[in-house]
Amino acid sequence: MVVSDANKERRRRAPLFPWIKGTLLTLGSVAVTMLGLLFVTFVIGRVMPIDPVLAIVGERASQSTYDAVYEQLRLDKPLIFQFFYYLWDVVRGDFGMSLLNARPVSEDIARVFPATMELATLGVFVGIVLGVPLGVIAAVNRGSWIDQIARVVALVGYSMPIFWLGLMGLLVFYGVLGWVGGPGRLGIFYQDIVPTRTGMILLDSAIAGDWSVFRNAFSHIVLPASLLGYYSLAYISRMTRSFMLEQLSAEYVTTARIKGLSERAVIWRHAFKNIRVQLITVIALSYANLLEGSVLTEIIFSWPGIGSYITTALLSADMNAVLGGTVVVGLIFICLNILSDLLYRAFDPRSK
Amino acid sequence: MSDMTSQHSSWREWLTTDAPTSRRHARLANLYQGWLTLRANSMAMFGLGILLALLLVALLAPVLSPHDPFEQSLSNRLQPLGTEGHILGTDSLGRDILSRLIYGSRITLYIVALVALIAPVAGLLVGTVAGYVGGWTDTILMRITDIFLAFPRLVLALAFVAALGAGIENAVLAISLTAWPPYARIARAETLTIRSADYISAIRLQGAGALRIITKHIWPLCISSLIVRVTLDMAGIILAAAGLGFLGLGAQPPSPEWGAMISEGRRFILDHWWVATVPGLAIFTVSLAFNLLGDGLRDVLDPKDGSQ
Amino acid sequence: MSLLEVENLWVRFPTRQGIFNAVRGVSFALERERLGIVGESGSGKSMTGRAILRLIRKPGIVESDAIRLEGRNLLELSEPEMRKVRGQKISMVMQDPKFSLNPVMTIGDQIMESFLLHNNTSKAQARAKAIAMLEAVSIRDPERVMRAYPHEMSGGMGQRIMIAMMLIPDPQILIADEPTSALDVSVQRQVLDIMDGLVKERGMGLIFISHDLNLVSEFCDRVLIMYAGRIVEVCDADKLHQAKHPYTQGLLNSLPRLDQPKKHLEVLKRDDGWADGESVGGS
Repeated sequence: MVVSDANKERRRRAPLFPWIKGTLLTLGSVAVTMLGLLFVTFVIGRVMPIDPVLAIVGERASQSTYDAVYEQLRLDKPLIFQFFYYLWDVVRGDFGMSLLNARPVSEDIARVFPATMELATLGVFVGIVLGVPLGVIAAVNRGSWIDQIARVVALVGYSMPIFWLGLMGLLVFYGVLGWVGGPGRLGIFYQDIVPTRTGMILLDSAIAGDWSVFRNAFSHIVLPASLLGYYSLAYISRMTRSFMLEQLSAEYVTTARIKGLSERAVIWRHAFKNIRVQLITVIALSYANLLEGSVLTEIIFSWPGIGSYITTALLSADMNAVLGGTVVVGLIFICLNILSDLLYRAFDPRSK
Repeated sequence: MSDMTSQHSSWREWLTTDAPTSRRHARLANLYQGWLTLRANSMAMFGLGILLALLLVALLAPVLSPHDPFEQSLSNRLQPLGTEGHILGTDSLGRDILSRLIYGSRITLYIVALVALIAPVAGLLVGTVAGYVGGWTDTILMRITDIFLAFPRLVLALAFVAALGAGIENAVLAISLTAWPPYARIARAETLTIRSADYISAIRLQGAGALRIITKHIWPLCISSLIVRVTLDMAGIILAAAGLGFLGLGAQPPSPEWGAMISEGRRFILDHWWVATVPGLAIFTVSLAFNLLGDGLRDVLDPKDGSQ
Repeated sequence: MSLLEVENLWVRFPTRQGIFNAVRGVSFALERERLGIVGESGSGKSMTGRAILRLIRKPGIVESDAIRLEGRNLLELSEPEMRKVRGQKISMVMQDPKFSLNPVMTIGDQIMESFLLHNNTSKAQARAKAIAMLEAVSIRDPERVMRAYPHEMSGGMGQRIMIAMMLIPDPQILIADEPTSALDVSVQRQVLDIMDGLVKERGMGLIFISHDLNLVSEFCDRVLIMYAGRIVEVCDADKLHQAKHPYTQGLLNSLPRLDQPKKHLEVLKRDDGWADGESVGGS
């Protein structure tokens, strides 16, 4: 029929529009949120009781030096202008100079970031590989001993201070048992052997084929990664269990059983398929949480990532470094949240 | 004897009746039912017990503590567990760890109480106003809430305290600033649900103004979800406060804050492990208690969320 | 030997206030006919249907002398054997296709799965069968529907898809649990006619569970009336006006009728005594 053909044409062209509109709205939302973050960091930077000029020039500088730096930091301009200059700087990747080593903060951050990424990625990996099956099994066997264990695991994960557990881990597995490498990413004798390509030592040593460095790097990363992995596992398993319970009591699961499907097919082919999209969101959020968790974990393990960078800068009142690090972590945090949102929308057939 | 039991059973009957005689009666009966459900949950009771013990310890600190928490004794440094007079040993300055733990509970309680007062109240205000008034107010307030929700809590609290300077009040403020958004979200969601109810239209027709509606009708209904959320969040707040304390950004030395104690003991972890271990156990116990209680409260007040 | 025989079925649930008996001593037999089970919420009618398919899981307890499908006692089957019965011999259509279809699988995949489970054929053959089945339930564009997702379908279409999916393995008995309760009145008749046609065509037995006495009396050959877990009356659909039990009479009297105008529409008065007493046999 002629009418239905025309309708089909219209329907084929139309879907693109709402998708573009949706993405633009999301991007706009991201921009506003990032703007908010930068506004907050800007305010924090201005709220300091310490005089930023004095921090740079020192107390014995002359008045002219003081004035010169004052102008250079644009402190003479009205606040609104200062904010716009700040935005412009951030967009260009300029976070100012670090007070500690007089180098651009952005360079420092670029240098330390891969270490954190390596740690967080490994942690999330552990969380997924162990957490998802645990959550599914706990949901399917609700009330059984496995469910109770899963609950305890998660409860402990939500209640234990991560820096303390890391300390205990170091004490037991390094101090007492000697099973793992100590603080830092590599033992002294293994440093600077493998060329830096990605900044992630496990990858770099594997690429270079140097397996002794790889083993050493692994022995150093295994404890902090397991630590972060535990927290990730606690969160992921809890959410997986919750999602699965919701699905297992749904009508379509009964339908699947009526059809005569085996219980395994019902769980994985039907129920689990329905939570895949939600799990992606959870994983992205877990990654973001681990980035945050790294702040406290890295100092324990002397892990030279962005976490210890921020905390070291904190203790030396290096505000540029602190704020630069905060902005970077914050931006990644926001991006991960948005990414999970977008992925959810892309993969859930109901939102099309 | 039989008089007392008959009095008890008549109280019981009154509280479990199917036909309440007044609004207060109905409310008390509801509370009692909730209490019975909670009491059946042994884990939640365990948590409650720990928290009550914490309260007692904090209140009776001067009585319970064997030593002055600030009293240094350099000849007595780093004594192990079970030393005479110092059951939990001494730290690097010879101070009794048990006493410091006991007084540290006051600090923990102080932080918990302050944050529990500031964050949910702020969130409740923002959320109910946004939900009730709607329109541009709603959009702007929710944008701000979303922006704060999208920030990494600890990192932002760190930056904030770094700017303002270390100290317990600043730490509380920093944590509260990052903790209020979820409450605003919850309050707004509840407000939106209630706002469209018929009985709200009815009292509005009777002449009730927005303020009266919000305070007398919407707030009481938000309370239960907020209470559950606050209790569950408390664990995270304690951990955040401990983290700040660990970094030296919370209560300043010689204050016996538990997180700071861990930091002090970190240097000696390999040979004198108890200095850092014991305060961590305390933090863990209190956090766990809040989580257990929060889970139990959620089962009572919001059973459809059933995690059990 | 009847197609299905249920003897003395009890379904119990332990609760905090004691044991709740949802179904109490229900017995009936089903031939290749359309049997209606009518009752209000809580009468145990849905539970009866699910008990037959052994879908009731812990903590529910199912006890019965026997549930015989063509002489074979289903209660004695192991779980893998029961899975072969489900779908292939007895199937069930539920109330709301919005919830009873898997939202993230295409309709085609779901229907084909039903067929492939009980037939060792190729995917292409299953696909052809699925399309034929969709045409049999009067769906006009089966190719498009095969690729679509459940949320894109209207209520009536969704229910027809359910019927197609449940009948594709060619079962002998269909249990329909409130199949039209979630549909618009205008669509109800359509769906019922399609279901009726297919059941008659294949010589199946149909158990039609509903709260709507009117609907059941028009659509079924025999009617079982359930109250508080027991069967209180059994009769042929065309002899309903001769019903003896006060509950049935009360139900009938509370239905407004154009051909028998009354000044006062009666309210059903319940008698606690109806909950006691033996279940009437339904053979």
